[in-house]
Amino acid sequence: MLQTPSPEIKKSTRRQRVALIGNPNSGKSSLFNLLTGLKQKIANFPGVTVDKKTGYAKIYNSATGEATSFEMVDLPGTYSLYPKSPDERIPFLALCDPKDDSHPDLVIIIADGTNLKRSLFLASQVIDLKIPSVLALNMIDLVKQKGIDINVEELQQRLGIRVVPISARNEKGIEELKQAIINPLPVPVIDIYESQLLAPDVIHTIRGKININSDYAAFQIANHIEAIPFLHIDNKQQEAIISLIKQHDFDVHKLQSFETMERYKVVNEITKLCVVNTQAENKPTWNKRIDSVLMHRFWGYIFFLLILFIMFQVIFTWAQLPMNWIDTGFALASEWLANHLPKGGLNDLIVNGVMAGIGGIVIFVPQIALLFTFIAILEDTGYMARVSFLMDKLMRKFGLNGRSVIPLISGVACAVPAIMSTRTISSWRERIITIMVTPLMSCSARLPVYTLITSLIIPTKYIWGFISMQGLVLMFLYLIGFFAAIGTAFLMKWFVKMRERAYFIMEIPVYRMPRWSNIIYTIIEKVKVFLFDAGKVIIAISIILWFLSSRGPGSRYTEITEKIELVSQSNPVDKTVINILEGEKLKASYAGVMGHLLEPAIRPLGFDWKLGIALVTSFAAREVFVGTMSTIYSVGSNNLQTMTIRDKMLAEINPETGKPRYSLAVGWSLMLFYAFAMQCMSTLAVVRRETGGWKWPAIQFIYMAVLAYCSSFIVYQLLR
Amino acid sequence: MGNRLRKLSKMTVGSQCIIESFTDENLMQKLLEMGCLPGEIIRVDRLAPLGDPMAIIVSGSTLSIRIDEADHIMVKPIA
Repeated sequence: MLQTPSPEIKKSTRRQRVALIGNPNSGKSSLFNLLTGLKQKIANFPGVTVDKKTGYAKIYNSATGEATSFEMVDLPGTYSLYPKSPDERIPFLALCDPKDDSHPDLVIIIADGTNLKRSLFLASQVIDLKIPSVLALNMIDLVKQKGIDINVEELQQRLGIRVVPISARNEKGIEELKQAIINPLPVPVIDIYESQLLAPDVIHTIRGKININSDYAAFQIANHIEAIPFLHIDNKQQEAIISLIKQHDFDVHKLQSFETMERYKVVNEITKLCVVNTQAENKPTWNKRIDSVLMHRFWGYIFFLLILFIMFQVIFTWAQLPMNWIDTGFALASEWLANHLPKGGLNDLIVNGVMAGIGGIVIFVPQIALLFTFIAILEDTGYMARVSFLMDKLMRKFGLNGRSVIPLISGVACAVPAIMSTRTISSWRERIITIMVTPLMSCSARLPVYTLITSLIIPTKYIWGFISMQGLVLMFLYLIGFFAAIGTAFLMKWFVKMRERAYFIMEIPVYRMPRWSNIIYTIIEKVKVFLFDAGKVIIAISIILWFLSSRGPGSRYTEITEKIELVSQSNPVDKTVINILEGEKLKASYAGVMGHLLEPAIRPLGFDWKLGIALVTSFAAREVFVGTMSTIYSVGSNNLQTMTIRDKMLAEINPETGKPRYSLAVGWSLMLFYAFAMQCMSTLAVVRRETGGWKWPAIQFIYMAVLAYCSSFIVYQLLR
Repeated sequence: MGNRLRKLSKMTVGSQCIIESFTDENLMQKLLEMGCLPGEIIRVDRLAPLGDPMAIIVSGSTLSIRIDEADHIMVKPIA
């Protein structure tokens, strides 16, 4: 028998890697947080958009006091090692392939003590791979409460690895677990389930060809050799193995299910020996009572609406205060920098390019933090699974999933956190569709544009004395966003191909109190991911936009800049002249040139070159529209002078028609354009991060542009 | 009614049955590893308000399963 080298030998060469594996809802992330603290890094596993969390832990040997540092990897929750989707390949590859980037020296298997049989099934698979392992028997407090008695000593005997009872929630048993990590038992020689019996020749031959540690790994390779390019096996070896399994009539499907059933039999025996269950009903009665309300055919939906209402209110109103602080803070910091850095191009780049970019990123943090506070609570208590259960049928009609509801609704506040929250949708296809349509929901950045235009084209009249016309229009715009989103989802159902067969089989966990530390970790993680992953793209784009609006072709741009310099040095400073010059400067810039270039293309929508400039600059964020228009109309972009910009725009006459420039047709055309077009670099950056490439953000940008252009075109031509 | 095989999707809320077999190999693998093994007892806990998905209790945990997935689980009702 081949024995893996004991961990001590490897210690000198590099830091040991410890992987955590366990069923969903087994408390894996709590334990990971406890072991690593805040020293965590989040990235994607290669090739898939599944969070790869790594962290570091220093463990002191209680006997010698010697410290050892470990790298911890949190593997995605799974019920078995059989990969059925790209996401599920990760734990499989990490454990079966000794050359995989995440291949551990030791595995911590987290078992849910209240559902030991299912946890032990996965545990037995891991143990049979002959990787040194430790079993963390979690929720030991609940086990005792339920009147279940687990014989830890016996379990340890049967599994051949150390078993440590813990309660991650109450932080009990963690020290004991750490000691077991630095001092694991040697890898057991005998398999828990002898997979070798399933296909002795195949397994023997494979072990002779490739360097792997166990019969079970050989069995798994035989199972997946055709489906997955993996294991750093060269083509020759792969072909050899494929012909080998064909030769031996190795029926992958049959053997897999046979192995699962046989393994469960063995696990059943172990469970019988080690667990004395007083045959208690698994779900406590209070759980049933809560469900009879929260999953009720009427009250269930009412409660869900109530939750959405609260969530919505909080994100909309509470986030506003810190967002204002960030805004003011960045304004002050930029001003300070502008005054203290040496004058010139670099000053301008830092203040108006980089600082504006960073400010534009940080401004999202309050919304992300608040949304994920809600989502983490809903997830942690077990309510999210019930929401999916209630909404699944309805959402499925539109190619969406029960879990799409939260992202869609959050999209009304901001698409950025909403798209980040789609990670909980396990079906790739339904997740992509949700990501693609969420930006159509009217986000809060559209509000300033809507209010400005509505005030231009809709009279402040009231229907029946109390229903505001402007309010009705605003509501209509929100509804049109919603219907566009579900309509697009409905169409996309036929275009987005399935990457894998998706199942909706999901555990509905027992209700639990939320673990506040987990929620805090979730928030920190999401904020970090946004700041550092999406942030890079956002900064890059804002520098490009800065360049476009602060540089111009030819000498005209420089001349105006010099003039402004001159005027602002005069005493007293003539604000109106400066405003006019600033407007001229923007027109002379590259953005201005682009606005002019765009004019022929956007004329059928009723837009002129001024709106063209605004379309270019609003790519940073939709609300920039108001600021840009203020600059173009020379009213100065300082504070909220929407009244003056409104007056200017209202007064402008279209020379061709002799009527107001912002007619009903132009106004509606503009609002529909802003409703549908993807004018948000932050959203695109997040979509890129969440889908792992530029393909989906590109498709999204194009389809939304086409939708925006067509609807603006139609409405303008009809109303004109 | 006796021991005739039925689809799990046809079982009424509150009824119990024993898993006999599966008619979809991929789904079978997924169900097996979640503890839905032949011989296990399923209790139909509830149906979602729109009639789909269904919640079942099997070997101590509650699972949500879509009706078209429950179509592939053949069960023997317990009288």
